[in-house]
Amino acid sequence: MTEEQGLFPHVDWQRMWEAIVETLYMTAISTVLTFIIGLALGILLFLSAPHQLWANKIVNFLTGALVNIFRSIPFIILVILLIPFTSFIMGSIRGPNAALPALIIGAAPFYARMVLIALREIDKGVIEAARSMGATTGTIIRKVLIPESLPALISGITVTSVALIGYTAMAGIIGAGGLGDLAFIDGFQRSHNDVTFVATVFVLIIVFIFQFIGDTITTKIDKR
Amino acid sequence: MIQLDKVTKQFNTANGTLTAVDNVSLSINDGEIYGIIGYSGAGKSTMIRLFNGLEKPTSGSIIVNGANITEIKGAKLRAARHKVSMVFQHFNLLWSRTVEENIAFTLEVAGVKKEQRQVKVAELIELVGLQGREKSYPSQLSGGQKQRVGIARALANEPEVLLCDEATSALDPETTDAILDLLVSINERLNITIILITHEMHVIRKICNRVAVMEEGKIVEEGDVLQVFESPKAAVTQKFVQQVIETSGQKESIKQMQEQFPDGKLIKLFFVGTATERPVITQLIRKFNVEVNIIDGNISPTKSGAYGTLIVQINGVDDDVEKAVNYLAAQGIKSEVISHD
Repeated sequence: MTEEQGLFPHVDWQRMWEAIVETLYMTAISTVLTFIIGLALGILLFLSAPHQLWANKIVNFLTGALVNIFRSIPFIILVILLIPFTSFIMGSIRGPNAALPALIIGAAPFYARMVLIALREIDKGVIEAARSMGATTGTIIRKVLIPESLPALISGITVTSVALIGYTAMAGIIGAGGLGDLAFIDGFQRSHNDVTFVATVFVLIIVFIFQFIGDTITTKIDKR
Repeated sequence: MIQLDKVTKQFNTANGTLTAVDNVSLSINDGEIYGIIGYSGAGKSTMIRLFNGLEKPTSGSIIVNGANITEIKGAKLRAARHKVSMVFQHFNLLWSRTVEENIAFTLEVAGVKKEQRQVKVAELIELVGLQGREKSYPSQLSGGQKQRVGIARALANEPEVLLCDEATSALDPETTDAILDLLVSINERLNITIILITHEMHVIRKICNRVAVMEEGKIVEEGDVLQVFESPKAAVTQKFVQQVIETSGQKESIKQMQEQFPDGKLIKLFFVGTATERPVITQLIRKFNVEVNIIDGNISPTKSGAYGTLIVQINGVDDDVEKAVNYLAAQGIKSEVISHD
């Protein structure tokens, strides 16, 4: 017996490793999809606002309402609310994949708000300059809105990904797998505090890694 | 040829309707530098945005290069904008792109192929004098350099009209002159029509052929720059002309002069165009029995000739002084008596 096993007698390292992979999997996939969906929603919110290129009161109101409603539902309740929806589209309500719809629906509206804030920070003159050159709205989105707000978009998705790591742990309680699941089932229900402790340490490490990657990219691309 | 016919632009605000441009008609010839001057709030920012359709008029028509900007939309309007480009007061460069990428942006918008883009960008960088700064980001450039990028970018698609929205207002006087020189050389070399708006008479004087003075959305005066300088009619125009004619403290010094030179007559002479090049004062002394004492002078070179003032003290017998003044008038030099003794 090594000293480590002595310190953490109930930790099954094989299971711990599987849980880490599951948490990483859920976080990575949901972060990518949240980025795409949140970005699209944020751009729609921005462009449909008054005096913008797609100014449209109805679209702006509906998108805004959708974002605000889903952003306001506590995540743990959202998970339960979405059980029928999840089992319909994923075929099961257990395992990492089953957690994805709730993670994305919970995080995308949150990120859409951040996207909106980032886009509002762009100098209006730059958009006007692009219009004066005869740019299409598509070109303005791809070549002006996204690149000019990229540091804020990246730091926003970093914050969102950290929140998502927290969400995966909550999703674990209903059986999604990952470190949250392990800490709850093995650590809490069987009173193995060492498992809870080790799982927490790994959650923290994952959070730090995501934060570090996000911060590094943000600093590197910001030429202002 | 650019033609505005009875153009009005109104905005609906919380405080009612605001008329930014009020029944304006004017025509601008190909290849000229046309200035629109006015104080802030006169409607000139709205005015310049009518030429490329960034603002649509409430009524009236705007013909630029044969196209009615008020009626075209979508792809046609975007194509027209490739030929009517714009330079901005605050440069409006993309901070995420380098100098050459910023210039290439206009070409990307117009769908120019990559190899051609590179050639064109190199040409433009040389034209505006930014060699060596190709890979710099806007944050690493001075104001003047940023505006050079703005101008290069605006020229990328070989426009026929260049709109300058207070292009030098954010720059210091020296940089302003350098940018104005650049605009003149572009106008001459590429034969591009330049329309600029400004609140500085200095800019109008230095580079414009014709000027329109705007106040409360209306054009209150219009004509050749020299003509407007010579006989400004509207009160606002007179104010603008004074901006460049009267050197700082000239008003004060006139008072001092009256005290300092109590004898003879203090006269302010106005020289316009070719009159500045003739030795009028020499002739004056030779022909008449008077003494001429030069007290203050100021010459404002404009694009179509110089405009200047000279304050002189003429001493002598009343009759001779009278004759001398009449002689000046006959030479086409306006004069204004500042003081009698």
